[in-house]
Amino acid sequence: MDLKEKLLSSFLVFENQLEDDAYMNDVRNDAIKAFEEKGFPSKKEEAWKYTSLNSILKEDYSIFPKQENAIEFSDVKKYFIHDIDSFKIVFIDGKYSSHLSQTTHDGMDICLMSAAMSKPKYRLHIENYFNKVATKDSLPSLNTAFSSEGAYIHIPKNKMVAKPIQILHFSTGNESAVMLQPRNLIVVDENSHVQIIERHQSLTDNAVLTNSVTEIFANKRAIVDYYKIQNDNLNASLIDNTFINQKRESVASVHTFSFGGKLVRNNLNFYQNGERIDSTLKGITIIGEKQHVDHNTLVHHIEPNCESHQDYKGIFGENSTGVFNGKIIVNKEAQKTNAFQANNNILVSDKATINTKPQLEIFADDVKCSHGCTIGQLDESAMFYMRSRGIPEKEAKALLMYAFSNNVMSSVKIPEIKQRITKIIANKLGVNMGFDL
Amino acid sequence: MSNKYTEDDLREELKTKEYEYGFYTDIESDTFPVGLNEDIVKAISLKKGEPQWMTDWRLEAFKSWKEMIEPEWANVSYVKPDFQAISYYSAPNSKPKYDSLDEVDPELLATFAKLGISLDEQKKLSGVAMDVVVDSVSVATTFKRTLGEKGIIFCSISEAIKEHPELVKKYIGSVVPQKDNFYAALNSAVFSDGSFCYIPKGVRCPMELSTYFRINQAGTGQFERTLVIADEGSYVSYLEGCTAPSRDENQLHAAVVELIALDNAEIKYSTVQNWYPGNAEGKGGVYNFVTKRGICEKNAKISWTQVETGSAITWKYPSCILKGDNSVGEFYSIAVTNNYQQADTGTKMIHLGKNTKSTIISKGISAGKSQNSYRGLVKISPNADNARNFSQCDSLLMGNDCGAHTFPYIEAKNKTAKIEHEATTSKIGEDQIFYCNQRGINTEKAIALIVNGFSKDVLNKLPMEFAVEAKKLLEISLEGSVG
Repeated sequence: MDLKEKLLSSFLVFENQLEDDAYMNDVRNDAIKAFEEKGFPSKKEEAWKYTSLNSILKEDYSIFPKQENAIEFSDVKKYFIHDIDSFKIVFIDGKYSSHLSQTTHDGMDICLMSAAMSKPKYRLHIENYFNKVATKDSLPSLNTAFSSEGAYIHIPKNKMVAKPIQILHFSTGNESAVMLQPRNLIVVDENSHVQIIERHQSLTDNAVLTNSVTEIFANKRAIVDYYKIQNDNLNASLIDNTFINQKRESVASVHTFSFGGKLVRNNLNFYQNGERIDSTLKGITIIGEKQHVDHNTLVHHIEPNCESHQDYKGIFGENSTGVFNGKIIVNKEAQKTNAFQANNNILVSDKATINTKPQLEIFADDVKCSHGCTIGQLDESAMFYMRSRGIPEKEAKALLMYAFSNNVMSSVKIPEIKQRITKIIANKLGVNMGFDL
Repeated sequence: MSNKYTEDDLREELKTKEYEYGFYTDIESDTFPVGLNEDIVKAISLKKGEPQWMTDWRLEAFKSWKEMIEPEWANVSYVKPDFQAISYYSAPNSKPKYDSLDEVDPELLATFAKLGISLDEQKKLSGVAMDVVVDSVSVATTFKRTLGEKGIIFCSISEAIKEHPELVKKYIGSVVPQKDNFYAALNSAVFSDGSFCYIPKGVRCPMELSTYFRINQAGTGQFERTLVIADEGSYVSYLEGCTAPSRDENQLHAAVVELIALDNAEIKYSTVQNWYPGNAEGKGGVYNFVTKRGICEKNAKISWTQVETGSAITWKYPSCILKGDNSVGEFYSIAVTNNYQQADTGTKMIHLGKNTKSTIISKGISAGKSQNSYRGLVKISPNADNARNFSQCDSLLMGNDCGAHTFPYIEAKNKTAKIEHEATTSKIGEDQIFYCNQRGINTEKAIALIVNGFSKDVLNKLPMEFAVEAKKLLEISLEGSVG
């Protein structure tokens, strides 16, 4: 039985256990129908031209992990940004772990999707926001059909959330292969400000496939700052679908740091539904072995006077493959749009591959749009300069690579994340240095 | 009756019968019945007096075409042509092969004059040898002798099939195989004529070779086949200019151009395309689905330059396969779309050899309600050490109903590759127009000036005569698009 059939038959079981009302029931049924029709995406689809899911779909994934597994904080502490105080929403094998988490209902809701879906006081919110910006493509639909758990964050008007929120997903590997489908909903109301850090981590070498959907609504003048740290082990794959709906004068940024995982696909979609919006999409990808990281971004400029900035840096070693597919659409009405996109890549191995496709679709005339894309090597004269001053080759290379990706780091607003990323980069490049020279 | 009527005779009779009373008579006429089947393919081949291997080659192409479906990935929308409603062969009414221009139908000459490409003038003033293709049959070939002295072969492809079969057989389909794509397969099956050019070893072609294509008769698709071979160390500059008179119904044009640059050779291929783009409401116009590709051997260079102003739909990607080490590919393009025109054009640079270089400069200008797309591929294969690519795609938007799109595909599999790609989209600045107005240049002229400046990088690459013509063409194409 292939994974699609398994999912479809599991849905029938899953549906019977739920105590959904008619509304949710309809949403789920429409979604599973969409998935059934489209199936898993294949390389024949333009958006999946360079990424094949075949290698990860053949595992026999367990769709409903059996039991709750407790893990000790000391074992997983290193995966948290633990040196600062933060809200934490932690899931173990898809189930909420209350003893690792720190949530709140004090003036705002930083809690669970399952609670939001079942409690009547959240009903209106769910109907207004749930599945409203996610596309009806097959993978988001699959997630919608099975969505039951994840983070639910609602920040009401005029609120500055004092500390960052960390969303962590652990998988314990109690079963040989597991498929997780977390679903997050984040609504930030007028003038509010929130910082969120998301991470997926498996604790053993068993296969994990995560198909995650995050919907973010940034209302008028809201500021959303989102960080994705992807440094999972080599048997874990992640399909991350993030949809951001921005209203007038809001500012949203998503930083994606991809260092780990077997196959990582980031579908990151920004919709600018209002004037004077600012969107930032940045990423650093440093991978090796047989890893595959695919960044698929979309910025849809719908109204005038908006800006978007994209900057993705990639360093690809060994047999790794990097894909970047960035699309900017500027509607006819979206005059005075400024949209920028840069994608710079370094190949450090002969067996590594980079496929990049920066795409512009522009229907308005008074706009400034540009994209730049490069593939190149480390500057030999810079290498020579450092070597001649006694810096070993490995360190010199690492320094140059760090400098190469530094543009992305400069817009990270939480210093502790910067430090953490720096450490991961040093680790990844096999050097022991801090870079803060 | 002394001769016995045997079964063999009967078989023979039946075999030829269909032609005798069916198609054979049709071949006599200058336009074939509409539709496409194996017999039409055979008849075209027969009509042109082709050897058996060519007929087989066509039939093979036709066989694969039947199994192919029309591509839909391009960013254009149109009513698909009905391939069974097209007549696949037509020739001018007057008998071909003239000794001098005087014998050419004066009406034809008048049309040329109207289009501003007087053959006489071209011949005398610019020293350009012309192989004029009017609806598929070459009617005049000039300067043949001068070329002949150098050993250069420049003739129609049907003549080449007859007179230089060894060259044609060796190279035709070697760059664009019959099964390459839907339109290439169609062309391979039914191509009516086209140009053939061979430059021998070490020869530098003394003049710009040029062919003017026209579509003349209503309802006839034109399927040109061009084959240019530059032997080791040779050089040729080839011009292709296209104009077509107004037509109401859509006309299909599916040409194939193959360039072969052997070791140390250089081919420069320039195109000015100005087919009927349809009227201001988007009615009519030519469908231009062209496959153009060249292959570079060691140290060879192929340079494509194109100015695309015409056609309702353009679907064209002149490509370079950089097979040999140190080979160079270039692509310079201006695509102008106005009214309801749609263009999806660009290039493919496939780096296979070491130290290969490619440059892409593409300028898109959209006005009216048109859609203009750049679609390009740069591919660096694992063995292409030190490959270098530079791409630049700029779009200029005039008015708020048009669109400019960029779809660059970049695939690198070698760590020594250096690739740069940049694209910008902008409009003509109001301050620029104001500056010109202030100095007494009216807005229309100012736009022409700015557009010419915008496309200068590409216009500079055109041979002189063409550059002048192209500049004029740009102005004409954008007439009345001042918003």
